[in-house]
Amino acid sequence: MAIHKVCGIETEYGIVVRGGDNNPVTASSLLINAYVNATSKKVGWDFEDETPANDARGFNLDAVFAPEIETTLVNAVLPNGARYYVDHAHPEISIPEVTTALEAVTWDRAADEIVRRSMRHADALFDDGTEVVVYKNNSDGKGNSYGCHENYLMAREVPFGRIASQITPHFVTRQVFTGAGKVGCEQPGREPGDVAYQLSQRADFFEEEIGLETTLKRPIVNTRDEPHCDPQKYRRLHVIAGDANMSELATYLKVGTTAIVLAMIEDDEMGDDLLLGNPVPAIRQVSHDPTLTRTVMLRDGRRATALEVQFGLLERAQKYAQTHGLDAVGAEVGADVMGRWEAVLAALESDPDSVADQVDWVAKRRLVEGFRERHDLPADSPKLKAIDLQYHDLRADRGLAGRVGLATMVEPAAVESAITEPPTTTRAYFRGRCLQKFPDDIVAANWDSMVFDVGRDPLRRVPMMEPLRGTAHHVAKLIDESTTAAELLDRLGA
Amino acid sequence: MAERINKQKTTSDRTDETVDEAAPAVSESGEKLKADLDDLLDEIDEVLETNAEDFVKSYVQKGGQ
Repeated sequence: MAIHKVCGIETEYGIVVRGGDNNPVTASSLLINAYVNATSKKVGWDFEDETPANDARGFNLDAVFAPEIETTLVNAVLPNGARYYVDHAHPEISIPEVTTALEAVTWDRAADEIVRRSMRHADALFDDGTEVVVYKNNSDGKGNSYGCHENYLMAREVPFGRIASQITPHFVTRQVFTGAGKVGCEQPGREPGDVAYQLSQRADFFEEEIGLETTLKRPIVNTRDEPHCDPQKYRRLHVIAGDANMSELATYLKVGTTAIVLAMIEDDEMGDDLLLGNPVPAIRQVSHDPTLTRTVMLRDGRRATALEVQFGLLERAQKYAQTHGLDAVGAEVGADVMGRWEAVLAALESDPDSVADQVDWVAKRRLVEGFRERHDLPADSPKLKAIDLQYHDLRADRGLAGRVGLATMVEPAAVESAITEPPTTTRAYFRGRCLQKFPDDIVAANWDSMVFDVGRDPLRRVPMMEPLRGTAHHVAKLIDESTTAAELLDRLGA
Repeated sequence: MAERINKQKTTSDRTDETVDEAAPAVSESGEKLKADLDDLLDEIDEVLETNAEDFVKSYVQKGGQ
């Protein structure tokens, strides 16, 4: 049976300084420091287990990867178990490890709220009205892209080649409900006006089917092999072919359906009959077709629309749910995902506008088209691109996504709690609770360990190689009852 | 799992909708959204960046991952 699909989301945000020095690295550092200084003791990230040059296909490319010096600028671990840092020239939040799509949405929403608060703390540092503005999107419209990655825990024994080939049809076609929408085209070699409106922020930037790169020649399936846990037992599939979503439903479906498809692949219940002939042209073609009617070629020569491929995946998932159950993605959430997946596909097939409250590209298109008609604007009017960008503006008084009536799944109180509290269901619980209770005794933390300095002996590293250990069930009582970090470590036997 | 699906069917039965509309609240609010578009566009006229051309031009990011 498939192992539990522990998962996470890593969002790189766009950043602009209005009225001041527009250096994105400085601005990102300032943003994060402003938040961390205002809210908690800063605990640094521990780079011991970072191996971004390890390739899932079994080799290591360290020699060709220049050291990423700028990633060490600001790097904090938050009490909710998330990592908040500067990656390249963007602020990034990696949410804590979670066990269901609903938890992923909850901590993703918390991440957005953390960024909103960061903006307010940053702006308070200026007395001249300078403003740091953050956008939750994936492209600047000028050929520069930054990612919203997902990650999913997989059993190491599953052949990587099978994962890569069988997940690709989902990555190419899930855009029909995960796409965040984009005015214009950024595909290399094409003009911005070649495509008036497309489903995805990100599709234009994929140039390979499979590979290790994430910043150029981006592959649909990324082979970065950083399990951040026991490498003998697990791999962590690092997904770079997705958009950052403003819609909670879209994030929920993105993570929920992908986790189900990966569970099917792990149990070898997926089969090869939906494999695509040419995934790279297909991912762009699907994105460039808001009518959802064009077909892509399957490897066996048949042709199918993106929706037909999705219905094929759904049908397989329904059979899989019957024969294997959905415990691997959380049974209740899994069943709910299945229902909503079917509903969104049916709606997209019959009347896409009816899901303007859950699919970002549909919601954004309504605004762009409505505005264009009202003011009789040409398709290349900068006002339409401005709407596109401003849809993702995280300022409450400016952001457009907050005005279009997107359905919500997570109560405000749950989001508020997730800003400071870790999930109870993974090792993030141990990380977050320790950071809350013993901040002065923690020197550094990362995904799979924490380093304590309790004032005696050398520093002590607590390994956390099992993502599903260190949960509230395992350690809540222990942490509650320990009055000092030293006592906790003694009781853990660390 | 089956329980959740049954629950959805029960809701559909009660509101006399087909299984295709397993998320009835969503379809209804979809209808409402159409009617609300004019109000929404009024609001966008107010909050859209005043100099759209400069805003779009100056929104330049470094490539990330």
